Amino acid sequence: MIVAVAEESRGAEHARQWIEQAKAEYWCLIDAEHHVAELYGMVNVPQAVWIDETGHIVRPPETAGSTDHFRMMDLTTRSLAPEHQAARNAARTAYLDAVRDWVLSGRYALPADAALERLPRVTPEIAQAHAHFRLGVWLRRHGNAAEGDAHLAEASRLHPDSWNMWRQTADLDEVGKAGGAEFWQRVRALGERPYYPPPDLSG
Amino acid sequence: MLATVLTEHSELNLAAKDGLWLLADDAERATGWTPKPEGMCRDDICVPMPVRDGRVDVAAFWRRLDRPVVSDSAGETWVLGAGAAQRNDALAGLIAPDFTLPDLAGTLHTLSALRGNKVFLCTWASW
Repeated sequence: MIVAVAEESRGAEHARQWIEQAKAEYWCLIDAEHHVAELYGMVNVPQAVWIDETGHIVRPPETAGSTDHFRMMDLTTRSLAPEHQAARNAARTAYLDAVRDWVLSGRYALPADAALERLPRVTPEIAQAHAHFRLGVWLRRHGNAAEGDAHLAEASRLHPDSWNMWRQTADLDEVGKAGGAEFWQRVRALGERPYYPPPDLSG
Repeated sequence: MLATVLTEHSELNLAAKDGLWLLADDAERATGWTPKPEGMCRDDICVPMPVRDGRVDVAAFWRRLDRPVVSDSAGETWVLGAGAAQRNDALAGLIAPDFTLPDLAGTLHTLSALRGNKVFLCTWASW
């Protein structure tokens, strides 16, 4: 079963066109408060968790098919060199093939000790960040954008690794801002660090 | 003052005084812990907390549990968040944390209803 969760603090209507285009028969859920990201320690989209028939996590949150090739995009033409495009497609295919393999044969499911090792650790700062994020979204929805924004900014300050928090906040400020100049500045500031850490599909 | 209290699973409107001092019943609804003479209690555990005019300082209690408390400047809206230890403990057994969320039509779906199937749980966003 697939469960697709839209991290969408603007609300369901903002996600509607994509969900309708996908003509999905699986659950497409709206997570206005990023509750799933909080529960599972997710920090970006797309990220996925694999859960077995007994309800156990067999692969903790990891990048679900995206790669860092977008960082090599020519920003004036918005185009990617063919070899990067090809590498990007290959990585996506490899990931989706792994998902199918797991469904059919159980391959790629991690043993418990390896799954535990890869679980994200929640720090007090991250827990505090989620509380600020929730309050910020609530205040914005209830007409108090100025104060809401202060809480959203504090959430990002406390949990700087969460692209979800930063980009959602930018989007609430203005649609499109999540992929604007400030976003690229933040991406460049990563330096050698990945934006989409590649999943380890060895073994 | 009527305060809105956002807890993990609910949004409550409760009569608060001097911050988040709540009457015993409201304190229990907001926290899941029961005010008793020996403190705030749940199962066999009691955390000593002073009671004043029948009220408990729920914000102070929540902080004592090492869980985040944030509010707006007017003290009208409060979030009683989950603590780091609570989240880490929930994941430590590798049981997928359960949640209930609406689809586009507003119909609620609960992850654990899919028990018995493999689940590919993925996130995405429009932004």
